[in-house]
Amino acid sequence: MRDVVIIGTGQTKFGEKWEKSLKALMAEAGVKAVKNSKIKGEEIDALYTGCMASGRLVGQEHIGALVADQVGLNPIPSTRVEAACASGGTALRTAYLSIKSGEHDLVVAGGGEKMGDVPTERVNYALGGAGDQETEIFNGATFAALYALMARKHMEKYGTTEKQLAEVSVKNHENGAKNPYAQYQREISVESVMNSPEIASPLKLFDCSPITDGAASVVLTTKEKAEEKGKDYIEIKASAQASDTLNLANRKSITEIKATQQASRKAYEQSGIKPEQVDFAEVHDCFTIAEILAMEDLGFYEKGEAAKAVEQGKTKLEGELPINPSGGLKAKGHPVGATGIAQAIEAYKQLTGKAKERQIENPKTALTHNIGGTGATAVVHMFQKPSKEE
Amino acid sequence: MQEAIPLNWRKYPERYRLEGTHCEECGQDFYPKKNICPNCRRKGKLEDKQMPREGKIISYSKVKASHKDFKDETPYYVALIELKNGVTIFSQVVDSLDNEVEIGAEVEKVFRKLNDKKYGVIAYSHKFRVKK
Repeated sequence: MRDVVIIGTGQTKFGEKWEKSLKALMAEAGVKAVKNSKIKGEEIDALYTGCMASGRLVGQEHIGALVADQVGLNPIPSTRVEAACASGGTALRTAYLSIKSGEHDLVVAGGGEKMGDVPTERVNYALGGAGDQETEIFNGATFAALYALMARKHMEKYGTTEKQLAEVSVKNHENGAKNPYAQYQREISVESVMNSPEIASPLKLFDCSPITDGAASVVLTTKEKAEEKGKDYIEIKASAQASDTLNLANRKSITEIKATQQASRKAYEQSGIKPEQVDFAEVHDCFTIAEILAMEDLGFYEKGEAAKAVEQGKTKLEGELPINPSGGLKAKGHPVGATGIAQAIEAYKQLTGKAKERQIENPKTALTHNIGGTGATAVVHMFQKPSKEE
Repeated sequence: MQEAIPLNWRKYPERYRLEGTHCEECGQDFYPKKNICPNCRRKGKLEDKQMPREGKIISYSKVKASHKDFKDETPYYVALIELKNGVTIFSQVVDSLDNEVEIGAEVEKVFRKLNDKKYGVIAYSHKFRVKK
């Protein structure tokens, strides 16, 4: 089967984009990605767009057709992919599969969300759709509350502390300060996290990723085509996805995310790459506890060891395994549908040496991890810089 | 919150009396109700079964920023509660003091109004309180 690569990326700045609509954001990211890839619009075979809650947030569905129309690419097929906060990751995976299968040669995978147009409690309600409406959201669950339940149990079982969770946030802001596309380009202290208002105990405001507007796009094609074009590219070495119960209460354990374990094991198998060979990872830190869970469930650290590793600085840019060099969802922002794509963009930038101030020293292998809901969907991708001798 | 009356009405057995399902084939209880037994799939034999009304808190959180339907009730406690039959459910915890809501606390089901906004009927549901 053919090798699939990413040859170009584009994204809007993440943040409060009052002047731009959802379609304007998506068009901006898409056009940037196409320009960056040095391809022509006519070469594009299909579009896949991750978007979670446009219906509830801006009253617009039918995002597939909307995107093709906006960028002047009618009549090529254009499809929305939805898997809650993993919509971007599943759009990337769908695009990948469409090339891998031989159906398409060049596709754009994008994602976007416009969250800032409605009040916070409406955003919370819209995001609630990622959980079980009938038993969780109906009874007063918010996403912060569901992750708080996981955090509380993790603290009880493994001794994880609120300060260790705060360190995740501090580290991600340190990285975000070096990312010109990040929503929050400033550092914060452990004290400011600890003193921020409680959202759902034990999680505080600065444990939570923000409400963000933004869009991101990547261009995928075959390795042959990328070589022909002479464009910098990164190879997609694995694309794996797993599902679990929508309802947190129905899981056997809430101190691990099974879908992450299963998707990553599959990805390691597909790529032949071991967790210890990964040079850096972009993981789904929608809440600080989620980064801890991801580090453990992806096989980077033993259960109960991840929080200590964060505290010891092992996951900083210059550490043994940088996690979320982009600033993660916490500092870069989390426009839900765009997140999985933005993670792949960071992989591209780091692996092609274009991450500037936050560049990790000569990385070869990257992993991205995108979660939907409380872990009902997990998508894992692995990327590698092409080796020279090939 | 679901706004149509039938969406709420058809959930009364689950929400009012904690009716779940039991698979005769594998013996496992489920809440919320399953349409297909995840263990036995087509071979499963599901029947309605009322869940126990007592259990203990596995984990909890005090929600201080809620979504729009719970604005007036905030802050409130939510918890995962392991019922006596081993089934875990998500519920609010009420009538209990801050120092009583803790992991391992024994709780019992109460019947409470959940919400009377927006959707045409007063919605009732289970909540739990710490046993005194």
